[in-house]
Amino acid sequence: MLEVRNITKIYNQGTVTEHTLFKDFSLTVEEGQFVSIVGSNGSGKTSLLNIICGSIPVESGEVLVDGTPITKLKEYQRYASMGRVYQDPAAGTCPGLTMLENLSLADNKGKPFGLSRGVNRKRISDYRDQLHALGLGLEDKLDVKMGALSGGQRQAVALLMATMTPLKFLILDEHTAALDPKTAEVIMELTGKVVREKKLTAMMVTHNLRYAVEYGDRILMMNQGHVVLDRAGAEKKATGIDDVLGMFNRISIECGN
Amino acid sequence: MFSELVISTLMQGLIYTLVSFGVYITYSILDFPDLGVDGTFPLGAAVTAVALTAGVNAWATLPLAMAIGALAGLMTGLIHVRLKVRNLLAGIITMTALYSINLQIGGSNLNVDRSTDTIFTSPIVMSLFGEQTLMVRKVIVSAVIVVVVKLALDLYFKTKSGLLLRAVGDNAGLVTSLAKDRGSVKILGLMISNALVALGGCIVCHEQRSYNATMGTGQLVFGLAAVIIGVSIMNFYAASPVSRGFRGVKPLKWLALPAGTTAVILGSVLYKMCIQLAMSMGVPANMMKFITAALFLLVLVVSGRKGEAIINA
Repeated sequence: MLEVRNITKIYNQGTVTEHTLFKDFSLTVEEGQFVSIVGSNGSGKTSLLNIICGSIPVESGEVLVDGTPITKLKEYQRYASMGRVYQDPAAGTCPGLTMLENLSLADNKGKPFGLSRGVNRKRISDYRDQLHALGLGLEDKLDVKMGALSGGQRQAVALLMATMTPLKFLILDEHTAALDPKTAEVIMELTGKVVREKKLTAMMVTHNLRYAVEYGDRILMMNQGHVVLDRAGAEKKATGIDDVLGMFNRISIECGN
Repeated sequence: MFSELVISTLMQGLIYTLVSFGVYITYSILDFPDLGVDGTFPLGAAVTAVALTAGVNAWATLPLAMAIGALAGLMTGLIHVRLKVRNLLAGIITMTALYSINLQIGGSNLNVDRSTDTIFTSPIVMSLFGEQTLMVRKVIVSAVIVVVVKLALDLYFKTKSGLLLRAVGDNAGLVTSLAKDRGSVKILGLMISNALVALGGCIVCHEQRSYNATMGTGQLVFGLAAVIIGVSIMNFYAASPVSRGFRGVKPLKWLALPAGTTAVILGSVLYKMCIQLAMSMGVPANMMKFITAALFLLVLVVSGRKGEAIINA
């Protein structure tokens, strides 16, 4: 269970551009939930993810995992139980290393990075199987540098790498936004599959309302640091894309967009 | 006379390859322009000169210089990572501080007495290559050291720790998402790099039998030029049919892409040769650093790199 409790986040504190995004913001995500988060730009979606991952500091409040505060943990320490896929397909892999080296690094997460062989040859057939399951023909490109692959291919590998070792939370930060519609579809299907198979708790920020409704079993809409729509369970099932879009438009008009 | 010049240039190129290895790790792999190199190089030489004069075994000065060099790297790393000072400035701070440290250790210059054994006149080398001239022995010994370091680095880059080091320069965010502290990885890289640069200073001290507080000036530029020349040649080679195969004919395995460290050796020897060539054309000795800098500029412009980060090779 992931809990954000009484978070206050102020950008540019003490300057003329001071902006309070979150004031006493709280949110609880149950184990195994797939939460879709939608909202206009600047509504606080990505800031929320960054606060959970420890990428940005908060003025006050706590982030708790299974009741234990992790607010004092550094960003890298929090990733011990989290995986994250970013909007930029280049962010999740090392362009100068081969795919095999990238996968080997991800495979070793949580274990010491000592002086033993970086690439475990015995694992290659397993990597091939996992790549084959992606259906992108990547299993023959293990020795190709990541930088030479397309954005969609890189994002698929990034998703694979983020979920390779056991983890509790998967954080998806507009991870299909930079991809063409067809590739985005492929990546989204993969995401759904991985989350189901590994029974992950997932939080996905997206601008694609269809993905949000289709894949999430809970949908959150954010506006100016507040949750303006929160539907889960049967209520969520009854929520269609038109409902979400209607709400979205109403907020946008209120904000003058 | 001519062959002597060639062989002495080769030896110089080999010894200074150690500096280039260090620069390769910081500049090319970590994407960290470490100016501390100009201070670490004489540091290695100063420690070596003092140790040799004090009667320390010649071979023992190598790990000693490396350990002290690693400490200098640790200093740059801590300043950058823990105190969050920008990388260029962290290196400048270390370099400046080391200038005084070097003066404290070895004075402004220190000569190693002729009666003291260096690695080139040590009993083991004499028993193996005693019948060769000193110059030939210098070439052999430095070649062996460079090859050992090269192979060790190649092996290291393939370990888990080595992969993580390459990853941090390539995409530091990925290291964070692997639940590893990117700062510690950078510090480790800086320590390895500076250990190698200090080893370069150590071997130069053995070769010249002297240390000088100003001998560090231009070492970073030398290393950068050597790395850029080497990597450029390697990239050119990688795109050629010899490496890629021709009309479907696969190349021999050992002709495929050589390791980055091989490129660095090649770059160092070539660059030293260019400098020597300029010197032998009658440029006065005082102008050597000028030549080093001018050639570096030429290399930057010709290679089209102009100082941006090199791809992780």
